[in-house]
Amino acid sequence: MDVLNALVALANFVLIPALAYGSQLALGALGVTLVYAVLRFSNFAHGDTMAIGTMVTILATWALQSLGIGLGPLPTALLAIPFGIAGAAALVLATDRVVYRFYRAQKVKPVILVIVSMGVMFIYNGLTRFVIGPDDQNFADGERFLISARDFKAWSGLDEGLALKSTQAITVVTAVIVVALLFWFLNHTRTGKSMRAYSDNEDLALLSGINPETVVRVTWIIVAALAVVAGTLYGLDKSFKPFTYFQLLLPIFASAIVGGIGSPVGAIAGGFIIAFSEVLFTYAWKKVLGYLLPEAWQPEGLVQLLSTDYKYAVSFVILIVVLLFRPTGLFKGKSI
Amino acid sequence: MSAARDSVMAPGASAPFLIGESMTGGYGRGPAILHGCTIAVERGEIAVIVGPNGAGKSTAMKAMFGMLDLREGSVRLDGEDISALSPQARVRKGMGFVPQTHNIFATMTVEENLEMGAFIRSDDFRDTMAQVYDLFPILKEKRRQPAGELSGGQRQQVAVGRALMTRPKVLMLDEPTAGVSPIVMDELFDRIIEVARTGLPVLMVEQNARQALEIADKAYVLVQGANAHTGSGRDLLNDAQVRRSFLGG
Repeated sequence: MDVLNALVALANFVLIPALAYGSQLALGALGVTLVYAVLRFSNFAHGDTMAIGTMVTILATWALQSLGIGLGPLPTALLAIPFGIAGAAALVLATDRVVYRFYRAQKVKPVILVIVSMGVMFIYNGLTRFVIGPDDQNFADGERFLISARDFKAWSGLDEGLALKSTQAITVVTAVIVVALLFWFLNHTRTGKSMRAYSDNEDLALLSGINPETVVRVTWIIVAALAVVAGTLYGLDKSFKPFTYFQLLLPIFASAIVGGIGSPVGAIAGGFIIAFSEVLFTYAWKKVLGYLLPEAWQPEGLVQLLSTDYKYAVSFVILIVVLLFRPTGLFKGKSI
Repeated sequence: MSAARDSVMAPGASAPFLIGESMTGGYGRGPAILHGCTIAVERGEIAVIVGPNGAGKSTAMKAMFGMLDLREGSVRLDGEDISALSPQARVRKGMGFVPQTHNIFATMTVEENLEMGAFIRSDDFRDTMAQVYDLFPILKEKRRQPAGELSGGQRQQVAVGRALMTRPKVLMLDEPTAGVSPIVMDELFDRIIEVARTGLPVLMVEQNARQALEIADKAYVLVQGANAHTGSGRDLLNDAQVRRSFLGG
């Protein structure tokens, strides 16, 4: 039995990847939850907002690289994120102006806005493919590892290596900073509080002199920023492919709903719950169990509960279980 | 009142501070609920609107606040015709309105509720907040607690406090005591009297007709969207017909 090696293997293949993936989902789910809280519909275009914003970031990254501007060991994309945010914010604000505002003025039911957002999703989707193409794009540069498996083995003397990709560390650190900024904004600034007030009680917010159009605009800008940061971090950590981002909508929605849609804390909790369960259920446990169990009990198979192809099924099983027992999600979001 | 005394008052001062005059209207394109109804509040007074269920009490108040379109009649605030203004614009003109339900930001703290009440103010509103806390000491104690976690009576205090944060020139309360216990109701009425004593005119819709008439300087009994009886609270309490029809003898 070798607990240390088992722990290292667990950290290397489960904990660290799930932590990074969870941070990405949490940032994505925050965007979905903010749109739901303020504009009161489930924004199906969010995955493609991430894709299109990340695309702008990638184009800016390439431009910066060709100019020889970089961040040394850090990926150049971090420097390009503001461009991506500006691009995505301009796009969602324009979309709101020509599409959503029309339906808002008519006070349509949320389900109509959901269908409208699906239309927007297809347009963003096409736009992304039209500009950058449907293929994989790799835009990560800088130092690849913060801790490489070989260095770790040499340092610790263990059989198992622990690799910490710099993109994973950047993902977690950036997510913490972004979430801290968001919560500070929502809880301590006048505009942030007016957003919460509008989300809480629209009529009373109007009576208090809060301008709904300002709240909506600020919300879209924040949502665009969250989408671009989430998309860029995901792209750096894995790779950028428009279809993957479209698919990310599923675990992102699962995260937002499990946590309680409309609740920012819930979105973060939901992101990590979904990420950890996806990884735990699709990880082949043979190696970790190999270290922990006596020789006679060594597993023969891979001890993988589900093939990674079914990872989205895990999100949805959790989603269904949570909705059955707590229809408003773990953190008391709005009931849907 | 002598003519000499009238002449030293400011122009328009002889007219009520807020008046909805011969208001006729209903919601959207629906049937008219108000039929030539007139409600007025004088400076420094408490005016109450009472009447049976479905008499259009709340509707009359909402009409004065601009929440429904008038087909006839007008609303004047301090002599100025505000009939065409939106509710938000009327808030800026100095009308404070406390809706009957959903009148607080339930997920926000008491203090944040008050801050949101002062949203349209760009000046320092800390002294107003201190005044609200003086008026409702329990709110100061619970200022960090989400307003939705408070008891019914405390929530109503938050709602009134929020409306006071704009430093309104007239305060309108739509059934402030709906759904609170009799003891809490008495306390709320005491606070409302206290607010009125600071010189702020108060217009209030009430279901608890007897208690409301007791504190009212001016009272309006509405029946089917029209004025049935008007007078001082005491007069109406002593009016045999009013007693028989609304106060249960």
